[in-house]
Amino acid sequence: MTRAKPEPVQVIKHRRDAALKALTAGVPFIQYLGIQFDRRGDELTAILPFDPKLIGNPVLPALHGGVTASFLEVAAIIELAWSTLWEGMEQGQIDPAEIGTSPLHLPKTIDFTVDYLRSGLPRDAYARARVNRSGRRYASVHVEAWQDNRSRLFAQGTGHFLMPGE
Amino acid sequence: MTDIDKIAHAFISALPHAAAMGMQITSIGDGVVVMTMPWDARFVGDPATGVLHGGAVSSLLDTASGAAVMCHPAAPVSTATLDLRIDYFRPATPRQTITARAECYHVTRSVAFVRVTATDEDATRPVAAATGAFTLDRPRGLT
Repeated sequence: MTRAKPEPVQVIKHRRDAALKALTAGVPFIQYLGIQFDRRGDELTAILPFDPKLIGNPVLPALHGGVTASFLEVAAIIELAWSTLWEGMEQGQIDPAEIGTSPLHLPKTIDFTVDYLRSGLPRDAYARARVNRSGRRYASVHVEAWQDNRSRLFAQGTGHFLMPGE
Repeated sequence: MTDIDKIAHAFISALPHAAAMGMQITSIGDGVVVMTMPWDARFVGDPATGVLHGGAVSSLLDTASGAAVMCHPAAPVSTATLDLRIDYFRPATPRQTITARAECYHVTRSVAFVRVTATDEDATRPVAAATGAFTLDRPRGLT
């Protein structure tokens, strides 16, 4: 018996990157804030490059609390949508070529709690989210954000989401 | 311009993010602030419907809450968000201005507590609400 030849790595990477791009490129607010996503396998890191328009307190200066909240919420929603998409894609149920063609159905936020641990510096920020529970209707996601040091979080958040299609 | 208008204008223009998002104070005083944010295609979270992103609404709620702390009679010199919990009730109607009413309803020596509600042009059905805890820095010599 001969085993099927594995897909070339570039084909797999291209498919996954295209799926991720389809998820984020269509959301105006993600583009307005300039949030990008770095992918390593299935792990996503959200990146918020610093921009003067993100400042809330010009005296310190510090990132606006609303920007921090938005960044965490975007990171949480995309992680949740991505983890669902990833499974469907790996199992061959979702055709990545079709993701960008029909309207996106992203999870809807029910509630979101932000814990501001220290002021956001005028530098790039990073965030990673973890889906703690993902059911048919509801999901709970935790997200952590840092700047220079991964171990010194400047904010964290937890949110509950309504899964699309319900 | 009245004094309140001047103060309100100065407050918003000092916050680059709030100014960039078109936020404006319509009333301010005694720990209560009403602030608006116009609908803008750049702040949309769901391109299929034109509904604003939750994060855009959060920004307005946070800004209005911070302003409510700053205009509390305790006359703080600065404030920062410690914690904000936002509940989303329904999608904001596309192309309608969002109005947030924030009330700083209790302060301690170093902490301020705020509640805030956001509505679109249908003021009877809130879009979102939040409660927050904020730091409170009192003027020197008055602590």
